[in-house]
Amino acid sequence: MKKSNTALLFLYPLLVFFSILTLVPFAWMICAAFKGNADFFNSLFLPQGDGFLGIAWHRLTFANFTKLFGELGMLRATMNSVFLASTTALLGTLGGAMGGYALAKFEFRGRKWMTRLVLAAMIIPGPLLMAPGYQMMYHLGLLDTYAGMLLPTIAPAFGIFLFRQSILNSVPMELIEAARIDGAGEVRIFATMVLPIIRPMIGAFLMITFLGTWNNFIGPQILFQSPEKFPLSVAINSLKGVYGQDYGMLMAGTLVSIAPILVLFLLLQKEFIAGLTAGSVKG
Amino acid sequence: MNKGRTPAMTPWIFLIPFLLTFAVFTLYPLTQSFVLSFQQTFGPRSTVPVGFENFRYLFTDPLFWIALKNTVIFTLCSLFVQLPLSLGLALLLNRPELKGRSLFRLIFFAPSLVGLVFVGMIFSLIFEKRTGLLNVALHAIAPAFPLEFPWLQNYVMPALVIAALWLYVGFNMIYFLAALQTVPDELVDAAGIDGAGPWDRFVHVTLPHILPVAGFVVLLSILGSLQLFELPFVLLGGSGPENRGLTLVMYLYNTGFVTGDLGYASAIGWVLALILAGVTIGQRALSRKGEE
Repeated sequence: MKKSNTALLFLYPLLVFFSILTLVPFAWMICAAFKGNADFFNSLFLPQGDGFLGIAWHRLTFANFTKLFGELGMLRATMNSVFLASTTALLGTLGGAMGGYALAKFEFRGRKWMTRLVLAAMIIPGPLLMAPGYQMMYHLGLLDTYAGMLLPTIAPAFGIFLFRQSILNSVPMELIEAARIDGAGEVRIFATMVLPIIRPMIGAFLMITFLGTWNNFIGPQILFQSPEKFPLSVAINSLKGVYGQDYGMLMAGTLVSIAPILVLFLLLQKEFIAGLTAGSVKG
Repeated sequence: MNKGRTPAMTPWIFLIPFLLTFAVFTLYPLTQSFVLSFQQTFGPRSTVPVGFENFRYLFTDPLFWIALKNTVIFTLCSLFVQLPLSLGLALLLNRPELKGRSLFRLIFFAPSLVGLVFVGMIFSLIFEKRTGLLNVALHAIAPAFPLEFPWLQNYVMPALVIAALWLYVGFNMIYFLAALQTVPDELVDAAGIDGAGPWDRFVHVTLPHILPVAGFVVLLSILGSLQLFELPFVLLGGSGPENRGLTLVMYLYNTGFVTGDLGYASAIGWVLALILAGVTIGQRALSRKGEE
């Protein structure tokens, strides 16, 4: 085993080097968020001084955050993001699980075609639907409404596909049949027997949908016109247009936008990775 | 009452949310997109039929060709710079005896959580002249280096590729790592005992094993890169100097939502869709050939 130990000796510096490269943009952003504009120009990370560790801690400031949440209505954008991402995640997971259950556990005419339709829906590229989708939202009167953002997401094809796989693999048919013989209704079987079994997939899909919606830009950018409806992604970009020189504040806004996601990920790492890799496993 | 049997309607009731949203928000816009691509529009209201004019104009439109060229170059960079790095990192991390493995994995993966808009934001300031991290750091290492150097004016594509690297290397690494963990150790060890060097072991044992997942990652990476929009849009605040950061989807967006011609935008959308379909069919054929 001596050979692999020498290999490890080279491995660690390399991995540490790549880790630093990965972490530097985060560190730089966090430092910039707490600096005034003068210190942004004068110091790379934290301003130097005679405080602890040679850093002028007293020069760090919350001014960027108070300005963002005070004058610039960042709280509203944050609430919009939380609302849109959590509602989309809940609706999409429910609709996905329902559709997946139908395709996995029912024999019916047209099942094969429905499964093909779901697969086909998955590969339709989003940009193709941008222009006609906008025109349709205009005619339906859904432009600049939350409903216009939420309604299209309530039964994502990708979710139906994932839940179908998960239910096929983990929910025994005997269980469902036994419940039917006991006289349980179909909705009750789905809600009290099927859903608990596929809880890992529910967790994973809730999270990838939340993340995807939180980071979505092009959809809300096209749909919303009033600034008070903007989620963080759109709000930050429009902030850049107006306050392009206010670097500290832009970084504070970016930090506010990505911190919740990073915290969520640290808490729920396993589900996250499971959700991301679930799509790559063919079934 | 025949217990234990389900009414034929039940599965359809569970499928109602999908059927309704698919019909209204996917199928109808899809057919409309086809109709629109033969029209010229001024905003969502007024349309004029123009026949094949949109497609004919597309092939002589210099902006379309610039956008296509930029998009293809970016996609090639994703394939030949990003993916090898991802696989390399996965190989480095694929050692059970490595201490702190999950910490490294966590660090490398963390940028994938950051949305493209926010990555564009961070990197637009990193590449900023005078105050950006890159100039300040280079100036500190080599004082001859000018603080004023405007990276985003001179190196549009490299800046885009670097920002995308930061975002995606760890993301793709997760897939490669998951695939590598399914390669049986005995197989690699046996090849080692037979005298195969590390490179031979990788090419003849590991690579064939992870090929299906690698094919999937390659496809995902190409499809994603061809639809690049947010990153340059925020990083450059638009299409960049001389449109060097203009991508196909950005051109579609500008045409449809800045100029207001939803018809021409739809025509661009169909060309993009054809390219994506071609890539997908090509990858499928290749991977089927690989399995034989």
